[in-house]
Amino acid sequence: MNSTSKPLKTAKETQAIVAATLSRRYWAERRFRAYGLAAVIAGLAFLVYLFFTIFSNGMGAFRQTQVRLPIYYDAALIDPAGTRKPDDLNAADYAAVIRNSFKLKFPEVEGRAATRELSRLVSGSASFDLQRAVVENPALIGTTVDTWLLASDAVDLLEKGHIERTLAEAERPLTDQQLVWLDKLDAENAVALKFNTVFLTHGDSREPEKAGIWGAVVGSFYTLLLTLLLSFPIGVATAVYLEEFARRNRWTDLIEVNINNLAAVPSIVFGLLGLAVYIGFFGLPRSAPLVGALVLTLLTLPTIIIASRAALKSVPPSIREAALGMGASKIQTVAHHVLPLAMPGMLTGTIIGMARALGESAPLLMIGMVAFIVDIPKGITDASTVLPVQVFLWSDSPERGFMEKTSGAIIVLLAFLVVMNTTAVILRKRFERRW
Amino acid sequence: MTPAALLVALALLSVGAFWIGKSRSLAIVGGTRGVRNLHSLPSHYGFMTALWCALPALAVILVWLVFQDAIILRLVTDHLPAGVRDLPANELSLVLNDVRNLVAGNVGRDAVSEAARGAADEYVRLRGISRMSLTVLTLVMVVCTALFVRSRITPELRARNRVEKVVEWMLIGCSTIAVFTTIGIVASVAFEAFRFFSMVSPIEFLFGTNWSPQTAIRADQVGSSGSFGAVPLFAGTLLISLIAMVIAVPIGLFSAIYLAEYANPRFRTYAKPLIEVLAGVPTVVYGFFAALTIGPALRGWGESFGISVASESALAAGLVMGIMIIPFVSSLADDMISAVPQSLRDGAYALGATRSETIKQVVIRAALPGIVGGVLLAVSRAIGETMIVVMAAGLAANLTANPFEAVTTVTVQIVTLLVGDQEFDSPKTLAAFALGLVLFLVTLALNVLALHIVRKYREQYE
Repeated sequence: MNSTSKPLKTAKETQAIVAATLSRRYWAERRFRAYGLAAVIAGLAFLVYLFFTIFSNGMGAFRQTQVRLPIYYDAALIDPAGTRKPDDLNAADYAAVIRNSFKLKFPEVEGRAATRELSRLVSGSASFDLQRAVVENPALIGTTVDTWLLASDAVDLLEKGHIERTLAEAERPLTDQQLVWLDKLDAENAVALKFNTVFLTHGDSREPEKAGIWGAVVGSFYTLLLTLLLSFPIGVATAVYLEEFARRNRWTDLIEVNINNLAAVPSIVFGLLGLAVYIGFFGLPRSAPLVGALVLTLLTLPTIIIASRAALKSVPPSIREAALGMGASKIQTVAHHVLPLAMPGMLTGTIIGMARALGESAPLLMIGMVAFIVDIPKGITDASTVLPVQVFLWSDSPERGFMEKTSGAIIVLLAFLVVMNTTAVILRKRFERRW
Repeated sequence: MTPAALLVALALLSVGAFWIGKSRSLAIVGGTRGVRNLHSLPSHYGFMTALWCALPALAVILVWLVFQDAIILRLVTDHLPAGVRDLPANELSLVLNDVRNLVAGNVGRDAVSEAARGAADEYVRLRGISRMSLTVLTLVMVVCTALFVRSRITPELRARNRVEKVVEWMLIGCSTIAVFTTIGIVASVAFEAFRFFSMVSPIEFLFGTNWSPQTAIRADQVGSSGSFGAVPLFAGTLLISLIAMVIAVPIGLFSAIYLAEYANPRFRTYAKPLIEVLAGVPTVVYGFFAALTIGPALRGWGESFGISVASESALAAGLVMGIMIIPFVSSLADDMISAVPQSLRDGAYALGATRSETIKQVVIRAALPGIVGGVLLAVSRAIGETMIVVMAAGLAANLTANPFEAVTTVTVQIVTLLVGDQEFDSPKTLAAFALGLVLFLVTLALNVLALHIVRKYREQYE
């Protein structure tokens, strides 16, 4: 303040200076505020755009094109010997049954090549559906039944509008002749979009129309269940020890620093640990939910511990003092009074940790949960994959049909996350106590 | 019994032991009326009996299971026909692998050799013996300890103190897992990394500018000596992280300022959780979004402006990563801004400052250390992010600062080197661990620094 050397300004002069700059300052004020609002809106816009893209791409995955065809279960093709034994029925050539039924439907089609082209309107896997139907009910043989067959993925894409009819013949997966047949079927209402049960009940497949997420959902379920069983007790025990029992010394300081740092270690490093220690050193099976869960446990422990400690801290000391005053031991105080009061907070933290584990994929790539697996896993040591890794696998597939499946799988994944996070919020709102 | 069944049986027996201990303690003082003569509650005697039964048995089962497989395999190897037994070690391990697969039911009986089939039968027989003896041993142990503890129960026995001591040790044991995790990470990653550095010099790794990790499978293969200069990877990681921070820091900071200082409470209660939803979206979703929506869109825009943009450009990955990081920056900055005491703001207002002047010249400056700490945490997050770059960034190591070109990152290379078949002694596989070590150390340094700054700052206003 060197104002002593200059004469002080009068109030009027000061007011004039302020007034001169005032409009500029108010403009700056409005501009600054607008920047803030713009930033918030930009963040929200990204969110809306992300969800809009995923949903507009993925809703189609829940519907699937089917073609109605009168299937003639020709006894001469299915069971020429007339034994009706399941083995014989299983061995029959059902693709030929479909081809024959197509021939009966379109008598004008002649020649091997044309018939094959015609039967390519339905998925290659449709013959397995017929096989199952016949084995379950051999009385079908010799009859003609109107059956909805799974359309091939090219027909599916056309029906959903992902392929333009106006493209040159060489540039689309369907030939002109196939389009004519398809239009004929369409005119008889024999082509329809139906709810896609295959997507929700099957494992992975190389053919988009046969690929489903159930295998990945079951894999995720086993992995998460095991993660929960391991990380919740360990996390709560750690939090209880650090909050209620530990004296502050170098050892507990070390533990605390460790937990805080582990919370920020990149998840892929946990994958390296899993690969080197669980698989390399202990020889546990690759690709198994067991190893996935062991890795995810280490990953979620810091989240659970930090949340549980916050929950324990929020229980007022008077509760502890009252219990101790009544003659309860330290462990009794914690087990009978502090833990029940802190449980909602701990559960909230655990659910949030589980939600994070459900979306995690990088460490699971390291331990080999990225294999192509058709079977639904039956236990914690079966090779399996999880939902986010399934998304990753499909997003790499060159077929156009898998793009829709990828978005569909993302929608399912997001639905699970929304359910988990909503549960956490409700739990917090319902049981949160302010002291 | 299978190990799982044995564990269930052990659990049931422990429940039984609990009741034995509890009823014994009651019987010894003549029913519920005499409870006040006991040192501890009857249930404490029960817990003591159960713990004394279960813990030693559990330890025996664990040790047994750890060594069972190795010992049985050894015996099975001795049992193999002489011709097979004398095979070189790696061929022998193939046969043993067949045996294991056959036992686990992974392959049919026809798929393996006669010797392996015999060995598998031997394996199953020995495993049966081993499981039988383990079951008998465990059951005898449990019953003996239960009877022993029962005979030792007296009214003066300090059962509660003993049980509580055990529980406390269990709590301590759980809390050390975090330390063991860190040790595990450092030891496993560093061990493999040192094996790598014994093949490739650290100088070449840290300062070389040529990355092509393909190594020869056959000795006479052309052009596959492998070079491990990781500078292009570090540069690519930094470029993508930089782009991410350019997006995330302004948007995150400004939205934090708006939400903390300007927004009315209703807007805040809806907008803040919504922005935080961005942090809850799995990274694989962002990766898909970057690879299939943002990447092609950027290339299309680039073409219309006459710039050539690679479809796996650093810009696409960085942009989407920036979106992912916005909520990290904004919620941390929000915390820091809210922690600035109201008195500082009131002082500025009293001097005639407008709101934005107060924020710019007082609040932000006061909160700066905390904000810098938060940004450092976000940088560490960006460096370690994997799925977005695996799906949206390139694979070829490319030393460039042009955001429109494809670059690769440390995490992408770790994933590429380790996904699929691997042999644990080739520098190609071990290079991934060396990269992992660098990644761990860099993020660790950033985290320690950031947490230190944030903690210092919090203490300042508490």
